[in-house]
Amino acid sequence: MLSDYIPILVMFVFVFGFAAFSLIITHIFGPRRAGREKLEPYESGMPPLGETHRRTSVKYYLFAMFFIIFDVEVIFLYPWAVIFKKYVADTPLILMEMFTFLIVLIVGLVYVWRKGGLEWE
Amino acid sequence: MAETLVIIGVALAKIVVVFAALQVTIMYLVLAERRISAFIQDRLGPNRVGWEGLLQPIADGLKFLFKEDIIPSRADKVIFVIAPAMIVLPALMTFAVIPFGGVLTFGGIKIDLQVASIDIGLLYVLAMASISVYGIIFGSWASANKYALMGGLRSCAQMISYEIPLGLSVMGVLMMTGTLKLEQVVEAQSTYVWGVIPRWNIIFQPLAFLLFLTSAMAENNRLPFDLPEAEQELVAGYHTEYSSVKFAMFFMAEYAAMITSSALVVILFLGGWLVPGLEALGLPQIVKELVQMGAFVLKVSFFLFLYIWVRWTFPRFRYDQLMRLCWKVLLPLALANIFVTGIVMAM
Repeated sequence: MLSDYIPILVMFVFVFGFAAFSLIITHIFGPRRAGREKLEPYESGMPPLGETHRRTSVKYYLFAMFFIIFDVEVIFLYPWAVIFKKYVADTPLILMEMFTFLIVLIVGLVYVWRKGGLEWE
Repeated sequence: MAETLVIIGVALAKIVVVFAALQVTIMYLVLAERRISAFIQDRLGPNRVGWEGLLQPIADGLKFLFKEDIIPSRADKVIFVIAPAMIVLPALMTFAVIPFGGVLTFGGIKIDLQVASIDIGLLYVLAMASISVYGIIFGSWASANKYALMGGLRSCAQMISYEIPLGLSVMGVLMMTGTLKLEQVVEAQSTYVWGVIPRWNIIFQPLAFLLFLTSAMAENNRLPFDLPEAEQELVAGYHTEYSSVKFAMFFMAEYAAMITSSALVVILFLGGWLVPGLEALGLPQIVKELVQMGAFVLKVSFFLFLYIWVRWTFPRFRYDQLMRLCWKVLLPLALANIFVTGIVMAM
């Protein structure tokens, strides 16, 4: 039923209003004493050194890729897990089907592991 | 049309109550954390404002309000301002589907103790948890502070990595209950094994319980997984440049996420609001329902205490250890858990 989702929408509007209100109210109430040093990036009192947006390790990108692969796997598992109890007694094949799918992905995980993709130096 | 208005009205009333309760819980959770931390470290902690420091959260809130709202000159202003809202929004939205009791029968009217009962409850919770990554990465990028950015990147990689064992560990519970509706997950745990032991999922899924708890702690960037805000290396991590209410919003989101994941652990593995043997006592309906609500609050409080307790018990992981734990230990264990559950259920 789509009407089940109306409270979610109401909640969204409410929380959005709260967040906007907080952002505005802090703007109004807070004092304002700007200074050049104060608005510099905070580096424990030292003058900021070097570039801010530095080059980052490629590892982050690699792990983001792994995440997409395995998270899609998790999403495919949800519908299966929900109907599993209902059908497992009549059709044990449901188990083998998902295991085949999982084993394909586990082969992938083992490959990444052996290749050293999961090492973080 | 009139029906829709009634739904909106009821929802709004529930939201106001839930929201107020959540805010008060967050405020006092912060105080509890400070007092318990102090106790563990043999200090006193904040005990001056009000009796035993009970008014401290209000004083803190007011102070946040009257602090200068600093926007650094190098920051990306629009994203910098949006980021706290981006992180508070999913953290508070998640609570819409959490049931904090069964129904409350009040003068013949049945009230579901839940804002929204949707078919995909659990999926919604996990989806919302994923969205909070955006707030962190926006805030850290827009701050134009290299330590904030490092904290944000670490947090992002950590949160997306731990989402996988988190998602996989609930699979065993789903297979046993066959529903994503959280209130039905609780109801499925209401019977007994051999007439005495409550059929709570922790008994059948102990491994999934541990995996879920560990992953939830990592998801919330709590110690021992708090590398994104490791004070000794990164000042304060992704919210270094934030001040006043904006900083408070990051804090609020963190504590709201803690409450949500504690509630989820209780609902999925510890029978939610169920109290074993309560039906046998023959209490009046309303008393029974209130006791159940109290039991839920008590169980959640235990896990909140556990969060604080763990913080002062375990040292912080190194980043490579953190990633190794996730991908090489938790992920294979979570997969094994699915295999074992599936085989046992098919037999």
